[in-house]
Amino acid sequence: MAHSPGVTTVTTEQSDILALARAQVLENGEGLSEAQVLEVLRLPDSVLEELLSLAHEVRMRWCGPEVEVEGIISLKTGGCPEDCHFCSQSGLFDSPVRAAWLDVPMLVEAAKQTAKTGATEFCIVAAVRGPDERLMAQVAAGIAAIKDELDINIACSLGMLTPEQAEALAAMGVHRYNHNLETARSHFAQVVSTHTWEERWETLRLVREAGMEVCCGGIVGMGESLAQRAEFAGQLAALGPDEVPLNFLNPRPGTPFGELEPMSGPDALRAVAAFRLALPRAILRFAGGREITLGDLGARRGLLGGVNAVIVGNYLTTLGRPAEADIDLLGELAMPLKALNDTL
Amino acid sequence: MAAAFCDQCGRSAEAGGHVRCAVRRELEPPRYCAECARRMVVQVTPMGWTARCSRHGEIFSPEGVC
Repeated sequence: MAHSPGVTTVTTEQSDILALARAQVLENGEGLSEAQVLEVLRLPDSVLEELLSLAHEVRMRWCGPEVEVEGIISLKTGGCPEDCHFCSQSGLFDSPVRAAWLDVPMLVEAAKQTAKTGATEFCIVAAVRGPDERLMAQVAAGIAAIKDELDINIACSLGMLTPEQAEALAAMGVHRYNHNLETARSHFAQVVSTHTWEERWETLRLVREAGMEVCCGGIVGMGESLAQRAEFAGQLAALGPDEVPLNFLNPRPGTPFGELEPMSGPDALRAVAAFRLALPRAILRFAGGREITLGDLGARRGLLGGVNAVIVGNYLTTLGRPAEADIDLLGELAMPLKALNDTL
Repeated sequence: MAAAFCDQCGRSAEAGGHVRCAVRRELEPPRYCAECARRMVVQVTPMGWTARCSRHGEIFSPEGVC
């Protein structure tokens, strides 16, 4: 087919999937299937704006204008026995990240600074396979100290749990637990060899059973095919998490994925929109890698393309945009911060 | 005093090839001591960072620690 310069041809199939998504997701609140998500991921750049606009409409219709703001902190950094190929905190790779523990006073201070931004969520993270007694004790002491001083929802991400640990965390007042499936089941073995996708799924089951909200997402741009990216969205939809953090690979020096190229901006935005159309009611959080993938305009485009939650400030081992830049942006976009009492 | 070592890769600061390090530094705390190239213990917090060298002590982000 001949193309005239500057003219973009949109095929019937492309307009069909957008029309179908409008009827199925926007009007009826029913997420796209894996096959439908794949069609969305294959849409050309010429319809990206239309796709983002639809994802934004879906987010506004089914989640509302509020944005949930979260800060995260690494309680135990580095020295992890697992081999997640994207992670600079594995002790198995030649990464410059050294092991570190945060003490309780610093943890409380970090929570206070997070709360000052207007954030309602504070997530305590540890680079471990699963928590041992020492870590559980540190988490318990940290949560008690934070709750003594301020009102903020506390989430945790401490790896794989036993049923007893899930119950204990719920009893400590952890309202949400993060455990990412990271990628499609069919791609997982190319990303992690020291544990399985099914072990992660089992922890997520325990989290829900213990009464905590389920936070589960992953990283896109780890060498998965578009079909596997769609598969991942479908598997997350089957899980039905309360929150989905969407990260974009930030290739870390010394890791097996250290030489991969970051995703292109349009691919990242298409992924955001596709995941929103697969998960119309989930809290979809812009997480790590957005700065390197999308630059300064990423936050704005994501928030107008399906995202309704952000991590503000720094990440676990890398730096983010200044928190005030994201908060100011929310004001400019007339998107109110989700209030604490909305989430309790 | 000029740094002897690159805080991102730990190699001599005078040697070439630090273009990627300069880019990385915008979103990365220092990893290596600029005086002796030891790997530092780094703690990133929501609003800042600390980096400690066992020989040369602790440095902080310009914005403070937390």
